[in-house]
Amino acid sequence: MDFEDSPEEASYREDVRKWLQANAEPLKHGESAPTIEEHDSLDVIREAQVWQAKKYDAGWACLSWPKKFGGRDAKGMQSVIWRQEEKRFKVPPDVFQCSIGMAGPTLMAHGTEDQLNRWLPPIARGDELFCQLFSEPGAGSDLSAVRTRAKKEGSDWIVDGHKIWTSLAQFAHWGILVTRTDFDVPKHAGLTYFIVDLSSTGIEIRPVKQITGGETFNEVFLSGVRIPDANRIGEVGNGWRVTLTTLANERGQIATGAAGKISISGLIELASDLKDDKGPLIEQDGVKEKIADLFIQSRGLRYTSLRTLSALSRGKRAGAEGSIGKLGAAIMRQEMSAFAIELQGLAGAIDDSNVGMAESAWQAGYLFSPAARIAGGTDEIQRDIIAERVLGLPREPRVDKKLPFRELPVGR
Amino acid sequence: MNFEFSEAQQLMRQSAQRYLAGECPRSRMRESTARAEPFDRALWLGMAEMGWTGVTIPEEYGGLGLGHLEQAVIAEEIGRSLAPVPFSSSVYMATEAILLGGSDELKQKYLPGLASGELVGTFAFHESVDHSGWSNVKTTFSERGLSGEKKPVMDGDVADIAVVTCDVDGTRRLAVVNLHETNVERERLGALDLTRGLSSLSFSQTPAELLDDRAGLFDTLLDRGATLLAFEQIGGAEQCLHDARDYALNRYAFGRQIGSFQAIKHKLADQYVALELARSNAYYAIWTLISDAEEFPVAAAAAHISACKAHRQCAQESLHVHGGMGYTWEVDCHFFLRRAIVSGLLLGQVRHWKHSLVDKVVRGAH
Repeated sequence: MDFEDSPEEASYREDVRKWLQANAEPLKHGESAPTIEEHDSLDVIREAQVWQAKKYDAGWACLSWPKKFGGRDAKGMQSVIWRQEEKRFKVPPDVFQCSIGMAGPTLMAHGTEDQLNRWLPPIARGDELFCQLFSEPGAGSDLSAVRTRAKKEGSDWIVDGHKIWTSLAQFAHWGILVTRTDFDVPKHAGLTYFIVDLSSTGIEIRPVKQITGGETFNEVFLSGVRIPDANRIGEVGNGWRVTLTTLANERGQIATGAAGKISISGLIELASDLKDDKGPLIEQDGVKEKIADLFIQSRGLRYTSLRTLSALSRGKRAGAEGSIGKLGAAIMRQEMSAFAIELQGLAGAIDDSNVGMAESAWQAGYLFSPAARIAGGTDEIQRDIIAERVLGLPREPRVDKKLPFRELPVGR
Repeated sequence: MNFEFSEAQQLMRQSAQRYLAGECPRSRMRESTARAEPFDRALWLGMAEMGWTGVTIPEEYGGLGLGHLEQAVIAEEIGRSLAPVPFSSSVYMATEAILLGGSDELKQKYLPGLASGELVGTFAFHESVDHSGWSNVKTTFSERGLSGEKKPVMDGDVADIAVVTCDVDGTRRLAVVNLHETNVERERLGALDLTRGLSSLSFSQTPAELLDDRAGLFDTLLDRGATLLAFEQIGGAEQCLHDARDYALNRYAFGRQIGSFQAIKHKLADQYVALELARSNAYYAIWTLISDAEEFPVAAAAAHISACKAHRQCAQESLHVHGGMGYTWEVDCHFFLRRAIVSGLLLGQVRHWKHSLVDKVVRGAH
């Protein structure tokens, strides 16, 4: 058992550091790198593209991709080392998660030679940005219930539907799109997967205003959008298999954990700054007990992700155990931010970065926390994954697997 | 980075699993617990024969001379088994105390017996039924010997020696006492955990030997005990989860396996999450122990708190999944339930561990 880098990992880390030091500016203490929530503008996207191209030209882009597609054949641990080190520098946010992390690997698994040649190079260099057109208002956890319709017309497909929860749609060149091409077969059998040009006629992108007041997601309306058959990925009716490849890669993107003020050290700092009639809150037993509960949760999650990494570094694949991190972290953040607000008494009602404690970061964190429990697989979906894939429990009986999609009951 | 046990350690685990499956089936545990004294001495000597009671004891004192990682592997397997033996008292506490603070003479005197299983040790710190503070140490030690009462003492009914907290001129120290001296009285107490005996121990001018007076000895002993106990608790918690899973696969209701209902699946998934977080905290703690890292006290406290939480959650919820059957004497759930709640008391109140965890983190930050 050893929590330190192996000699090869240490030398890889050294190489990564050298390149980063020569090409980027280290973050100062207390300074954080820009995020897309804060700077939802085209400029940030442009900066991210410039940074990506720089990495690509030096051979440090899409590390886990095969060399022949511009990657580095990096092992899981090497990608993690890169992320750990890059986090210490003032670099633009990663806006390529869908492009490099999802669209690229999906193309490699299911795309034709022409499709690989068309899309992989601009994805790798960051020249063309992808977004994900999967969820619909009526198809979230149950993604295979999508109703966006694609109908063949000559050598093109005509697409009509409504997608939602799409980050970066306003900046993206392409969307990975799941559609229904057959309503008369069971739901999983009637899907087809496309890549759609977001500048096509008939596409309308509207921001979704979220409970935080922010607008980091969009809904995308498609009406009569024409997609050439050459942009179809995989066979007609085989879209679910292609979709599963994308989703598996989405899950494989290991979260690097809470940072900044919404963290256990942020909470301890807050409790040290706050007082009541009995004195500093951090000195009070009840407060200590709650902080200790959150501390073991937070450390347990950190070391669990290290265990996953250690398995990766020895060549094992990330398993359903990743659901622990997703489930545990989301619930912990909500608990932690609610407790931080509670500790402030009525001052917790202030949501004003000029006046509030810790620039009202906990208030913002609390409002964001429900999203973490829903996005990327809800708490309930994560528990199902653990119960079925780790503990070997049976699936719930399904009423929707054999009936033609058209005959499935739907709500209003 | 390698966050797993080595191949040799895994082999040791497999041999422990084989041994316990053969020698300690639940039926044998039940026979023991039906007796007034649950201690299964034959099983204990068998474990000692395997080397388990002397894993961390150097070879010169009759042990295996291995490390705490190997000890943790054994602890986890013992936790799964509900073996009615005084393992935590003797191995994690008494043996570790003598290893940490015993003179060479004291080590010569006791370690070979502890390693061979001939001697059972325990840790006696709690003094009165209505006071559970660490500062409540009225037992004294002077040149006339050890005087006072410890109540209750885990495994005090069968222990041959005890490591005792005592007051020496206003300072808390640890002394080792041979419980077969004439002026030691013990009284058996009814025990919540049926797999382990409980007694009081009274001393009046009983001969005893002090351990080292080095600062931090007592805290280090607790932290080591907490770390090893955490592995035992993880083993117990995992067994509860597996039993509940197996029951949920075999029990049918409303025309389905109850394990196909989300209400049950999600309950078991939550147990799994608590268990894995506890395991990760314990892994980190044992690594900081063996590498003598500065963070060991914080990591040990986190491992203890986390293991107590997971152990109790898994025992309680596993019983619940068994429905009415879980509430019957003849199903084993209650043995796990009893052991889980009592394991959380072996090192004092978990609440106190939480207070000191935060104090240490805050001190470390400034």
